Amino acid sequence: MDIITTEKLTFQYEDSHRKVLENFDLTIEKGKFTALLGHNGSGKSSLAKLFNGILLPEGGKVYVSGMDTQNEQLLLDIRKCCGLVFQNPDNQLIASIIEDDVAFAPENLGIPSEEIRQRVDDALKCVGMYEYRMRSPHHLSGGQKQRVAIAGIVAMRPSVIVLDEPTAMLDPKGRKEVVETIQRLNRDYGITAILITHNMDEAALADRIVVIEKGKILLDGTPKEIFSEYEILKATGLDVPQITALSYELHKAGFPIDSCILSVEEFVEQITKVL
Amino acid sequence: MLKDITIGQYYPSESVVHKLDPRLKIILTLVYIVAIFLIRNFWGFLLLAVLSILLCKVSKIPVGFLLKGLKPLAVLMVITALLNLFMTDGKILWQLGFLKITQEGIILSAFMLLRILFLVMGTSFLTYTTTPITLTSGIESLLKPFSKIGVPSHEIAMMMSIALRFIPTLIEETDKIMAAQKARGAALSEGNLIQRAKSLIPILIPLFVSAFRRADELAIAMESRCYHGGDDRTKMKELKYGKRDTIALFVFAICLTGMLMLNLLGASL
Repeated sequence: MDIITTEKLTFQYEDSHRKVLENFDLTIEKGKFTALLGHNGSGKSSLAKLFNGILLPEGGKVYVSGMDTQNEQLLLDIRKCCGLVFQNPDNQLIASIIEDDVAFAPENLGIPSEEIRQRVDDALKCVGMYEYRMRSPHHLSGGQKQRVAIAGIVAMRPSVIVLDEPTAMLDPKGRKEVVETIQRLNRDYGITAILITHNMDEAALADRIVVIEKGKILLDGTPKEIFSEYEILKATGLDVPQITALSYELHKAGFPIDSCILSVEEFVEQITKVL
Repeated sequence: MLKDITIGQYYPSESVVHKLDPRLKIILTLVYIVAIFLIRNFWGFLLLAVLSILLCKVSKIPVGFLLKGLKPLAVLMVITALLNLFMTDGKILWQLGFLKITQEGIILSAFMLLRILFLVMGTSFLTYTTTPITLTSGIESLLKPFSKIGVPSHEIAMMMSIALRFIPTLIEETDKIMAAQKARGAALSEGNLIQRAKSLIPILIPLFVSAFRRADELAIAMESRCYHGGDDRTKMKELKYGKRDTIALFVFAICLTGMLMLNLLGASL
């Protein structure tokens, strides 16, 4: 089943002549972990805001769980169903205490206070930040703050979480924490995850990768399929994971190993056979 | 250095004072502010000092932490004290040109100093023991009756809680910008007053630009989390006025009466 569908979606900002997205058709399957890859300015961040009605399409339609984002009556239901996490964790936490921040969305939805308490505790446990619930955000590391931001969305009990470059401002440790959290939400809680990124190693973890270039879909497939298009990716200036690049070059040089290896473990396994 | 400012920050602890109804704490703080100006002699301040230390113990806030919050106000306090010291008429003890120190001046400046000291210390108990969001929901609830005459109680509360949330963030940012400008050779602490004021411009402009960008992102993040104003909003922590609040009210009333009674002991001003 599809959870998000865009039909001939066209969008441009008022103060610019360039179309950010043009006739963009994409369907996101429920329960899957999808990565949207692309350069800065490829239109991927605008797409995230189009998904939950922060931005409205200029042409075409966006449906979230069958709801048209242009229908203002459904706006709250759409946002409840499709949560957005942004790049800078500092600019999305609104309260000075972690648990109050996580409670923000359910409070907006008018949920009774006992249930909010329950949801907040669940959400914080689910991102592994329950012990920090009474702390203030500026005492946390970037990765922890971003996990709190994710908890703030999880507390809405959404079907989809869209993360717009959630790791761009984090150190390697923070990245790992956040990516693991996303994977856990997707795997254990069945939340559809859409990760917008330009980090190839993160994208490699997804079930499906959609590469966006200049407002259009360039490639769409499983990580293996995408990264085997090494030449196309290189031409558009996108990288492949280091280990994939290595395997590709070795394969090209005539070594009998796969041209598209995604993990170090797999590489080790193959290379030991060769040696 | 800017990080040292602790005013308006919460000190997490599980004390009785922390658990009091914020509405009560706000009202009591207001009464306290008025009461400070009713103190007529040093006995009152002595009692206040004892009570402040007791309150520290009860609310489990280290005394040092409380005093640290006074540091940024040191300049203001010194200026106030000096002005009062030199500008008060009365029995002259010492004179040099237009500068004179009078007996009244000494007493008045000591009074002013103590007033500011206890004003800041006492009111910071409110912010130390109350999370900003509880504080603002207290204000919101206290202002609610006025929303009928057009006071935007929810909006005021929301603005305040966001402002409080961003104080540490913006302070950190200011530190970073200052370091960045210093690295580019900005002389922030040199020259006369006008030059120094001018050298603030390269700090303030980036700070404002970034604050606006933050505001924009925050607004989008809030909307994404279904924020649509104060209508139909619920609260996780609903305010409850309980038995311990009544007890606190009585304790406060007794202390207040005690303080006012001390005024009768030889009025010195």
